[in-house]
Amino acid sequence: MTKSELIDAMAERTQLTKGRAEQVVNCIFDAMTEALERGEGIEIRGFGSFTVRPYKPYSGRNPRTGGAVPVAAKRLPFFKVGKDLKDVVNGSRHLPISGGDDRDDDRG
Amino acid sequence: MTKAEIVQAIYTRVGGFSKKESADIVDLVFDMMKQTLGRGEKLKISGFGNFVLRDKRQRPGRNPQTGDAIEISERRVLKFKASQLLKAALNPRSSAQASHVER
Repeated sequence: MTKSELIDAMAERTQLTKGRAEQVVNCIFDAMTEALERGEGIEIRGFGSFTVRPYKPYSGRNPRTGGAVPVAAKRLPFFKVGKDLKDVVNGSRHLPISGGDDRDDDRG
Repeated sequence: MTKAEIVQAIYTRVGGFSKKESADIVDLVFDMMKQTLGRGEKLKISGFGNFVLRDKRQRPGRNPQTGDAIEISERRVLKFKASQLLKAALNPRSSAQASHVER
């Protein structure tokens, strides 16, 4: 399921227009992104929690050339699956995994 | 940030919803996400990240408390892969590297 499919499904389940459903879904992820930008964790009971983890700079390697590449310090988001969602996911073991590849659609 | 603050964001920014409606809508969005993943379906939120599923085989493990050998059963797990946009948002100074994914 993609974000736009989530928006469509929301509109179907509620009395909201697609435009309103889109505003709602975008607002949720915008608010969450802003919290993480502030370095603030997010806790959604029954779903999971997001935290921001700091990483120190290190010297990496270009795997193709073997040359040293400096990697700057960075902050990365980390998601810990909540107990309830963990069980729900594990309960789907008998079903095939669907929803396309894992590729990040934001590139390009 | 808790769900209550997300509800507040819906209430003040989107507008036109009562506090109760805002709360119900936020609950519904997370419920639908959970239901999707519970069907074995991945969830891709463009600009935020992908919630992907992985099947793990049974493997040997240890009880970290007692050190006893135990079997870790096969299971399906959820992984969050942050979007390049979200990673860039958390690292404003590395904008030179991230510029190609900025909106």
